[in-house]
Amino acid sequence: MKTKDINVAILRIEGTNCEQESYDAFKRLGANPEFVHLKQLLHIDCDKNEIRDLSQYQCLMVPGGFSAGDYIRAGAIFAARIKSKLQTPLKNFVEQEYPVLGICNGFQVLTELGLLPGIDTIISPIPDACLNINDSNRYECRPTLLKHENKGKCVFTKNLKKNEIRLIPSAHAEGKLMFPLEKQNEYLKKLENNDQIVFRYVDPDGNYAGYPWNPNGSMSNIAGICNHIGNVFGMMPHPERSFYRYQHPDWTQTGLSPSEGDGQAIFTSVVDYISKRF
Amino acid sequence: MMFEAKVTVRLKKGISDPEGVNTLKALRLLGFENVKNAQTTRMFNLMIDGKDKKTVQKDVEQMCQRLLTNPVVHVYEIEISEQK
Repeated sequence: MKTKDINVAILRIEGTNCEQESYDAFKRLGANPEFVHLKQLLHIDCDKNEIRDLSQYQCLMVPGGFSAGDYIRAGAIFAARIKSKLQTPLKNFVEQEYPVLGICNGFQVLTELGLLPGIDTIISPIPDACLNINDSNRYECRPTLLKHENKGKCVFTKNLKKNEIRLIPSAHAEGKLMFPLEKQNEYLKKLENNDQIVFRYVDPDGNYAGYPWNPNGSMSNIAGICNHIGNVFGMMPHPERSFYRYQHPDWTQTGLSPSEGDGQAIFTSVVDYISKRF
Repeated sequence: MMFEAKVTVRLKKGISDPEGVNTLKALRLLGFENVKNAQTTRMFNLMIDGKDKKTVQKDVEQMCQRLLTNPVVHVYEIEISEQK
């Protein structure tokens, strides 16, 4: 399909606050993003002309922010509201291999929803992972270095080379990815074998170095994972905030063209995937 | 019949509790050096209109599984009392 016909739902509820940058990222690439309030998909409290269905879109994105005030746990309320009515349409959407992206709070929502890690199921009835409070017990907000470790499964990073390091900013208080303690190693092995690990935090030399390079204490320095199909992807850092090179803190020193920032490849990859696949 | 359900959510043993650790540190800075440990828990008080205690217990278990806790990191206790 043509890029201009790719409809992207940028899903929001109260407390979402990264929808504009997310919208702009897709718009700048020529796709057709739309802000969609969850109520429009649930068909409550909206006019007839505002009603939407998931089947009208080729990509779903849950942007960052502090949905529902991060009450209970970050992302838990947004996930519960989605689950209330959209579990089946969402499962169908993922089964048809349409891409779903969750950034920061969006990653927390996809985890609480049971869509990630998605090791052998599309959507698990109770969460299989958790994005817990950062080890530092603080909101960590700064540029982070991510090493791309995916071998080709994730549809959101096809335009990145393996082991390439990208600078993408992080800004979160709950980003520590955890699996059930007794199954941690088993999950990690499965994720590695399934090629589901997409990004890990590294230091400037490309080594796994823990805090502060890993801002949250995430298991095995993981910053982003995809499901077993490769079409549901969640990451804590914000690629929409480094879409252009001039958004990088050091761009005037690098002498690189201001046009492409380190986060842009996430969006070009998925737009390319949709235009080829559908 | 009305029931009150008190749900206490704690972190599982072995899961780090940075909020608890920081609270402990701050309490000690204030001079409370006798505090040996601090753990954070969260409590929900729910008023539930239900048939009997057993049914309410079952419902609250579901609520814990589906929203109030993340079973990866949390354990919970439920205390139910009938309201008169």
